[in-house]
Amino acid sequence: MTVPPAMAVPLRLIPIPAIERATRLVFSHVMTRHPGLFDRLGEHAGKRYGFFPSDLPVGFLVEPAKNRISVHRKADLPATDAAVTGGFVLLLGLLEGRLDGDAVFFSRDLTVTGDMEAMLALRNALDDCNIDLPSDVGSLAGPFAPLVRRAAAEIRSRVLPKEAGQWN
Amino acid sequence: MELICPAGTPAAFREAVDAGADAVYCGFRDETNARNFPGLNFSRDELKAAIAYARQHGTMTFVAINTFMRAGREKLWHEAVDDAVRLGADAVILADFGLMAYTAERYPDQRLHVSVQASAANADAVNFLVETFRAKRVVLPRILTIPDIARLARQIRCEIEVFVFGGLCVMAEGRCSLSSYATGKSPNMNGVCSPASHVRYREDGRELVSELGDYTINRFPAGEAAGYPTLCKGRFNVADERGYAFEDPVSLDVMDHVDLLREAGVSALKIEGRQRGKAYVAEVVSVMRRALAANAADRPALISRLRLLSEGQRTTSGAYEKRWR
Repeated sequence: MTVPPAMAVPLRLIPIPAIERATRLVFSHVMTRHPGLFDRLGEHAGKRYGFFPSDLPVGFLVEPAKNRISVHRKADLPATDAAVTGGFVLLLGLLEGRLDGDAVFFSRDLTVTGDMEAMLALRNALDDCNIDLPSDVGSLAGPFAPLVRRAAAEIRSRVLPKEAGQWN
Repeated sequence: MELICPAGTPAAFREAVDAGADAVYCGFRDETNARNFPGLNFSRDELKAAIAYARQHGTMTFVAINTFMRAGREKLWHEAVDDAVRLGADAVILADFGLMAYTAERYPDQRLHVSVQASAANADAVNFLVETFRAKRVVLPRILTIPDIARLARQIRCEIEVFVFGGLCVMAEGRCSLSSYATGKSPNMNGVCSPASHVRYREDGRELVSELGDYTINRFPAGEAAGYPTLCKGRFNVADERGYAFEDPVSLDVMDHVDLLREAGVSALKIEGRQRGKAYVAEVVSVMRRALAANAADRPALISRLRLLSEGQRTTSGAYEKRWR
């Protein structure tokens, strides 16, 4: 599944600092809930990882050693050591380990460039961390946490099986 | 027959146990095992927790210590065996005769399996390892036909384990030097075949180009499923033809022949894929478990679910069914 233009286009209008603030809030919360996420990276923790959703007008740069994520316009993507490009939903599925990275790569739905060793280390680190975005993001919503968690899980169940269905 | 399943991380280990593995095989996070990829494998504490989890669910844990020791650095491999035994591994999977000798002498009660990396593929070789090191099982290389396996089973005095699904190594494992030739690193000595440090993918027009070291391995046209950048599955110009010199980018699947393997005397079926993610492990192990319980007629439909998870999105029965060119 690709992100519908009606959802992607508004991101062109929202200032980067605003998108970045929201992204950093989620990133920092995920890191708090999964403190060992980057332990498996070893020497690759100092690398710069790019995540470039092909269906969004922005890309994300993750710097594990600095515990930092930044957001960039497509026209102004930063230099990276390793980068992965694919649909936003696919990238989220990989982040959670719900999709097999090799299978998505074989299908050509994903492109990986740069330092393969670093990207492989990150893939394996993410795969072991059991990130659950509905649960992780939901807990940010205070009293509305159960509602957000349920809604996010519902959205995931609708989009991920379709994506996974291409190879399952 | 036992179902032996891969795990590269603790999360994948739990998925394999939950999906019905009889045994899960894994390795330490260093060059003592043949899947020494970045971010993969187990610390001592992780292995301890994994073995405890497996025991709670009645699943065995096999620890692969299946690279070859380097002179002067034997301690690394000896400690791996010491720790695997101490932590309660149900079996250690070894390739190096020196390490087998160490294990047999120090831990005579420890169950020892001969790794596919030992390249033991005939009765004399296998029986030597059984008699000398008390090996209880041999994992056969993927170069034998099913009749070959049946003949071997009648002549050896240990259990047989064979690969039935996953990545297909077409060479006599433990003796292949292709990765070493291209990169200086091999699964035999360093635990890595076609190491990621030497792999590069790049777009060239509408083609995806895969490179290993200084070699172009393949150019995949738009829409063609991709594969791993290994020399044995590279597409090369040979004389006037361009094609796969050794093997296509495909995975192994011999589940159609599982009854023949049982009749041949095979005790355990192995799934390859310690380098794959937990989603792959969960899906493959659960499908294989269902396939083993199903009638032969129902198996192809079940297993076909896995084809798109495979390298090149295709599978082959490889040398098991001698239709190889």
